[in-house]
Parts: sequence; C-alpha cells; structure tokens
Amino acid sequence: MKSLVLTLKHEPYQRLDLSPLVPHLLGAKTVKEIAGIELQTTREKLTAGDIFKIKAGNVESIRIEGSQRLDHIGREMKAGEIIVEGDCGKALGRGMSGGNIVAYGDCGPHAGSAMAGGRLEIAGDCGDFLGAPFEGEMEGMTGGFLIVRGSAGERAGDRLRRGTIVIEGFAGDYPGSRMIAGTLIVLGGGGSLPGYLMRRGTIVLAEAPKLAPTFIDCGAHELAFAGLFANLLRPESRAAARLLSRPLMRFAGDMAALGKGEIFFPGTLGSR
Amino acid sequence: MRPMKRNGVRIDDSFAEAFPMRGTAIVITAPNRRWALQAATTMTGFATSVIGCGAEAGIDCERPKTATPDGRPGVRVLLFSVSTDTLQSQLVNRLGQCVLTSPGSACFADLGGAERLQLGDAIRYFGDGWQISKKFGARHFWRVPVMDGEFLCEATTGLTKKAVGGGNLLIMGRTHKTTLRAAELAVAAMNKVEGAVLPFPGGIVRSGSKVGAKYKTMTASTNDAYCPTLRGAVATQIDEDIGSVLEIVIDGLTEESVAEAMRAGLAAIVKLGPEQGAVRVGAGNYGGKLGPFHFHLKDLLP
Repeated sequence: MKSLVLTLKHEPYQRLDLSPLVPHLLGAKTVKEIAGIELQTTREKLTAGDIFKIKAGNVESIRIEGSQRLDHIGREMKAGEIIVEGDCGKALGRGMSGGNIVAYGDCGPHAGSAMAGGRLEIAGDCGDFLGAPFEGEMEGMTGGFLIVRGSAGERAGDRLRRGTIVIEGFAGDYPGSRMIAGTLIVLGGGGSLPGYLMRRGTIVLAEAPKLAPTFIDCGAHELAFAGLFANLLRPESRAAARLLSRPLMRFAGDMAALGKGEIFFPGTLGSR
Repeated sequence: MRPMKRNGVRIDDSFAEAFPMRGTAIVITAPNRRWALQAATTMTGFATSVIGCGAEAGIDCERPKTATPDGRPGVRVLLFSVSTDTLQSQLVNRLGQCVLTSPGSACFADLGGAERLQLGDAIRYFGDGWQISKKFGARHFWRVPVMDGEFLCEATTGLTKKAVGGGNLLIMGRTHKTTLRAAELAVAAMNKVEGAVLPFPGGIVRSGSKVGAKYKTMTASTNDAYCPTLRGAVATQIDEDIGSVLEIVIDGLTEESVAEAMRAGLAAIVKLGPEQGAVRVGAGNYGGKLGPFHFHLKDLLP
C-alpha cells in the first residue's frame, strides 16, 4: 500500500513541532483533516497543509521531506514506519516505543531521546545527547535499537538504561555518560572520558580510548557474549559484528559510581 | 496374528503406546565441538527413564558454528519429564551442575512458544551480584562471571506440552550379536531425525519392563514374556528362532517426530535383513488404554 507523503512547499519560517504526525494519531483521518493539524511553535498559526503538499496513503507508512526546522518527528510513535528524506530538527523519535524510523539526512540533538522500543536509523550525523533524557529526567533510552551511520555529538547514550546504540562514525566527548545499563557501540574514534560516571552497561569502542583513572583493567578476553552480539548485530552493522568478533580488552568502571559497567576495545590475548 | 514380512523380517501387527510429556530444547555451545559434546553428554547423563532419573534426555543433533547464536560449535539437547515442575527443576539442576561447570560453555534457548522455563533466570544467582543482564530485541541473556571467563546463558527457553514419550521398537534376532547389530543400525538412523532422542544407553535398552511384580515394593519388573531364557517357563511372546531381544525407546517434541524416528529405525532394520540382523520387530503397549498415542508398525513400514 502507498505511503502518506508529505512534501515541503517551502522551507518553514519557524521551527515546527511534528509530534502529531505519527501513525497512531492519524488513524482514520482524511487528507483534509491531516492538513488542518496545527504544527506551529510560535503565535503564528501554521497547519500541516500550509507547509506540506500532502499525498494520501496508508498512515502506517509516512514519508516526510525533511528540514532542520522539523522537531519531534515520530514522537512517542507506537508502530508503523516514518521515512524522513532529508534532515531533522531536535528529538527525532523521542519516546518511541515501536515501529521503525529512518532519517536519510542529519539530525539535531536528542535524537532517539528516551526511546523505549522500535528501531531508529539515522543515515547522516546526529547532534549531542543521542538517546539521552531531557533535563530533569532520570532515564535516557530504555529499549529498542538505535543506529547512526554517521557521527554523533557529545554525551551519546547519556543515562542509557536498556537497548542498543550503534554509532558507525565518531562519537564526541563523554559517550555513555551516566549509563545505567544497556549497550553502546562506537565504530569510529571516540571523544575523551567514555562511560563517565556509568553504573552498569557495556560500551564497545573500536579504538583504545582516553579513559578516566576510575576504570580498572580486567585483561583481554574472548567472551561468548561478544560473539553472540556480533551475530545479533550483523544484519544491522557488519562493522559492529567485526569489532565484536575480535579479542577485547575489558575495563571495569566507573569506580567513581557503582562500578559494574564495562568498556571494551580491541586488545591482544595474554598481554598486559 | 499372521505377521507381515519385509525383506524377510517379520513385523508384528502391533503398536507402540506412548504418553504425553513436557519437553524442552536448548543449545549448548563451547569453544570447540569436543567441549560442546562433553557438556551435552554430561547434562544428559543419568536421564534414561523418568521412573528413576526424574527426566529423560538426549542429544538431538550437532549444530555447526554458522548455526549457533554465538558462532561457536553447538549441540542441541532435548529434555523431557512428566510435569512442568519436574522438568523445570531437572533443567536447572542439570544446567547448574553439568553445563555451567563445563569449560567455555554457553547455553541458549532452542524452542519457541509463549510458555517458558527458566534457564539463566535461575542460574544468574551464581554470579553473587556480579551477573550482568543483556537484552537484545525480545531476547534476554545473563552473563555470569566464572573462573575461565563468563558463562553466557539465555534467560528462558520454550516449553512444549505436546511432547511424546515412550515410542518404542522391540528388536528380536537369532543371536545377541545380530540383534545388537540391528539395534545399532536402527539407532544410527533414528539419531538423524530431528526433534527426537533415544534416552537409553547408546539409544538401546536391554531390560524392558512390565507393570507390577510379585514383590510389593516393585512397581515394575522384568518383561518375562520377552526374556529368551524364560521361553519355556512363562507365557512367552517370542518365537523358537529368537535368542535375544533389545528395545529402542523414543521421546520426541511432537508426535510426528516420534513416528518419523520409528519409521527410520524400521527401515534400517528391514534393510539389514534377518540373516545379519533382526528376524522380527515388535512394539510395546499396554493394550492401548493407558497412552493416547498409538504408533502402529504397519503404518510406519518402508
């Protein structure tokens, strides 16, 4: 069945809140009703019909022509699919619990913020606080799968609780800061102090990082767990599977917090 | 009853009477095939009959490293018991004593379904607080630190209430040597059937039993009707030309897998013929009133 297609008539004059445009809220709405949905974030009223040319289709599959001014795309999405052809603003897929979002451009900060399930793929780069909570919230991502083909900004996976994040490019400083649990994999280089104040959870880095002294060397290992995750991740990221198939150094920490977390990076068995 | 004949082997017009069981399947992996087999062999030891062992178990098949969750060589183990509770306690005891202890091992679910049995969810406490929970999609794993590294174990595995236990073949030959040869070939053929195991030693049981005994303390005793040394003394079931009888018992995750295994065993025995192997094949039953599953030999012939 054909997708519902939203094509930009022109670059929006103000930032827009696209959170109403998710499959479970559109339900049985007609194109006319969809066109009447208000998306403005200022006092100037703007409806979906003002911004987008709307082509009718199955609301379970929505295609949006992207712009850096489109915030909150796929917010609290429960099922279905959203494809963004282009860039996104902030908080793409925030709080989503199911379905699939693919963004073909770059994203702003807080992409996948506090997502609880489903799959989010970003083909380009993303801003700071990937998967992280908003200010004052206790938990970041709590489930699902988040993959960034490009690079991520600072503090990717902040307060990650559950689920898996893969960053195929570079990650800025403090990746996996305050992690509660979950898995964060960075295939490009990483910034300084990964896992800062992490309690539990797993960070896997392709390059030996600049670690805080509160991470303790546990030696190099070939763990069945790494082989298992290599197999589970292979359909999504062959590079992640390759990294996890190698012998990995294990550092435990952050001993300044609970200290039950771990950071892995390639190492040589039997060496120190 | 006039027996049917295939390649000179007499086939009784009889049936194997089997019973519903609870069953489960897991895959055990290890750094190499030898240690995967070792863990599986240890786990399925002392699991020939639910009467004395609590569970019946066996190795179903080997899995190449390309077909296991962690990319290491694996072995699929099936475990059966009469109730869900017994199956759960047998599974955890055997996992904890035989698989957790085996060098380099890991353990994964290998049966789907909504009803679950605990694996890692029970074993994790061995980690004494250092166990690590890992989730990916709908799957949940536990990592337990052990002296050679980590024991990786899936949280739960599937349970089937449609398992079938007690499919059987009675293999009768002129001498012990020819009877054993027929039974061995049948076991080799039946082991290739997936979803069914032969829980007795090497798949073969030589001491088939009947219900009851002259002694009050015995609930089962030797199947005198099939004992060749008693042929002249009791109401025997064996003919003049039979000097030895061996039985193969089959447990399967489904009724079809048990039938498939019996079919494969029969075909191997018939192919061998009466000179080198068995002169007659029968099946054990209790008159058909106790067990709901009846596997008629005539339906399973090659």
